[in-house]
Amino acid sequence: MIDNQSVYLAISIILFVIGAAGAICRRNAIVVFMCIEIMLAGVSIAFVTFSRANQSLDGIFMVLFVMAVAAAEAAVGLAIFVLMYRKHGSIDLDKFNLMKW
Amino acid sequence: MLRDYVPVMLMMLVGAGFGVVAVVLSSALGPKRRSRVKKETYECGMTTQGATYAPTPIKYYVVALLFLVFDLECVFMYPWAVHYKSLGVFGFVEMVIFMVVLFVCYVYVWKKGALEWE
Amino acid sequence: MLEFVVPALNLKAILPQLILALTALTVLLVDVFAGKDGKTSLGGLSLIGVVAALVTLFLSRGDFESAYAGMLAVDGFGFFITLIICLVALLSILVAISYEKVCPEIRSGEFYSLLLFAAFGMSFMGSASNLIMIFVALETMSISIYVLAGFKRDNLKSIESALKYFLLGAFASGFLLFGFALIYGAAGTLDIVKLGSFFTAHPDLLHQPLVMGGVALMTVGFGFKIAMFPFHMWTPDVYEGAPSVVTGFMATGVKAAAFAALVRVFFVAFAALQTDWTTIMWIAALLTMTVGNLIAISQTNIKRMLAYSSIAHAGYLLIGFVVGSEIARSAILFYLLGYAFANIGAFAVISAMGSKGEEYNELSDFQGVGFKYPMLGLTMSIFLFSMAGIPPAAGFMGKFFIFSEAIKAGYVWLAIFGVINSVISLYYYLGVIVRMYFKDPEREISIAAPAGTLVAALSLAAFGVLQMGIFPSYVWDLARASAKMLM
Repeated sequence: MIDNQSVYLAISIILFVIGAAGAICRRNAIVVFMCIEIMLAGVSIAFVTFSRANQSLDGIFMVLFVMAVAAAEAAVGLAIFVLMYRKHGSIDLDKFNLMKW
Repeated sequence: MLRDYVPVMLMMLVGAGFGVVAVVLSSALGPKRRSRVKKETYECGMTTQGATYAPTPIKYYVVALLFLVFDLECVFMYPWAVHYKSLGVFGFVEMVIFMVVLFVCYVYVWKKGALEWE
Repeated sequence: MLEFVVPALNLKAILPQLILALTALTVLLVDVFAGKDGKTSLGGLSLIGVVAALVTLFLSRGDFESAYAGMLAVDGFGFFITLIICLVALLSILVAISYEKVCPEIRSGEFYSLLLFAAFGMSFMGSASNLIMIFVALETMSISIYVLAGFKRDNLKSIESALKYFLLGAFASGFLLFGFALIYGAAGTLDIVKLGSFFTAHPDLLHQPLVMGGVALMTVGFGFKIAMFPFHMWTPDVYEGAPSVVTGFMATGVKAAAFAALVRVFFVAFAALQTDWTTIMWIAALLTMTVGNLIAISQTNIKRMLAYSSIAHAGYLLIGFVVGSEIARSAILFYLLGYAFANIGAFAVISAMGSKGEEYNELSDFQGVGFKYPMLGLTMSIFLFSMAGIPPAAGFMGKFFIFSEAIKAGYVWLAIFGVINSVISLYYYLGVIVRMYFKDPEREISIAAPAGTLVAALSLAAFGVLQMGIFPSYVWDLARASAKMLM
């Protein structure tokens, strides 16, 4: 049987890649942000897995900080999205071309 | 060890197969008559009203965000509470500082009027 | 299995940062309690806080120590980065007080408070000695700056720049974090010093995929923050859209802080891997400066032009990073300070080029400015000379230290490319000066009379640039002493 650690690690890498691919391919700002959160979820799983494998607490604390920071980021990000929607009428990333990307 | 699960697997296969067969058979054999009324969204037998995208008042959004941020700060209190005794004065002072910072932000939010409903 | 060591409460070690944070909170409270009259004093209040932080920084400068269970390294390197950050914050606040006339939105507690919180995060990035701490400091800085970039709420460009910076910044921190996770998996610790001794003790583990992948992902994450090629695409858009004073703060502070963390992580934790990452950074340095300089030539907006020039400066700094000796690290510190003075000064001039609700950021708007507004023209010329690396300005000495160290260490080609790039950059820097003094204005512009604080900021920045260029020994000695105490 495969040991648990590689399974968890595989899940974390899969989540991270799904998130990264989505963040690059999707055009809706909120969906892109959700994809970034999926990346962070993958990272958290990796941290917890390694924390268990290494018998150290650092990884678990890192996950706590990742969660708290992700919440703060979400608050700021959604505020920016709402502002953009009110001023621009859309949060489609392709439509933001006041400046060249 | 895996052998113990064979009945469960069989059960799942039969269950899934029954569902698939029933759906496929009924769509293959049943008569199809489409009309406008039939295509409408089913909503408790009532006629549907309004657009699907109903705007939600912005108040919900501010309160939800504030809740999210303040709620997640609790995450730091669990490990602190579990290890309260061994952390001693250092832990207590640190948590007091943390709470003071949170409290300042709370006062700010309050005075800004973000908590007023009407 | 998991024992816990309670660290000592060592407030002295973080006194300057503590003052920054306390001032930020005070500003926030004063803003909501003092009403309309209080709003005018917010800038002054934050100014006092930053000056107090600077003073305590020098007073509490002590020996190297490791504080808070290895979370912070209170060392010379951190001292110098905090010095840069405090000066950047000081100049930005001075400019912001005058910028309130052009952009009334920033006359608010949130602006100054977020600026101070960002400075707080930046200075912790310079002395963070644990990957957790680097992450938290980085996010404190970034989240504050996402908001600052979108501070002109009615301006679509500003919101767009905030949105782009936010999405790409969050994306980059995802990569950085996954890099941290892989390194943690390989070494079992997040402490930078322990990582360093672990990798030195286990050279056989160095080339396993976990470590290589971790280093690569961290390079991507940091590369975004310092605007290294090929992760520089966000820079021009974000710099153009953000309010000018925020752009100046971002271009100098974020770069200094991210470079500090990069240097600490790579030289302390991955010292054993130096031969591996040097090759990649060699190419990155070359491409970063070349791409930045070549695209800057064709720009018509001065903020965009300076954005590409800041990419090029990241390239020069990466040369010092590739060389990697102790003197090269001092040269990085020296260069960062000189670049901070010049760049913030230039953005101060740009922020002065506007009246209420209107800003003149096109290059053609600078035509004739030299004679119409002698002070803006003169100081802008000094700052541009410094960025181009013409003596007697700080930029020349910084480039001299970096390139001469590169030649001594055998990176002759890199130094040659650096010099060629400096020559290319002369073209567009001097182009602005030519426009200011030798061309007639295309359209009539009327700018608000600069406030006293702007004059103070311009003279301080110009003084810094000239002092570091003509008498570099004081700052250079400080940088040498600081770089000695890394880790």
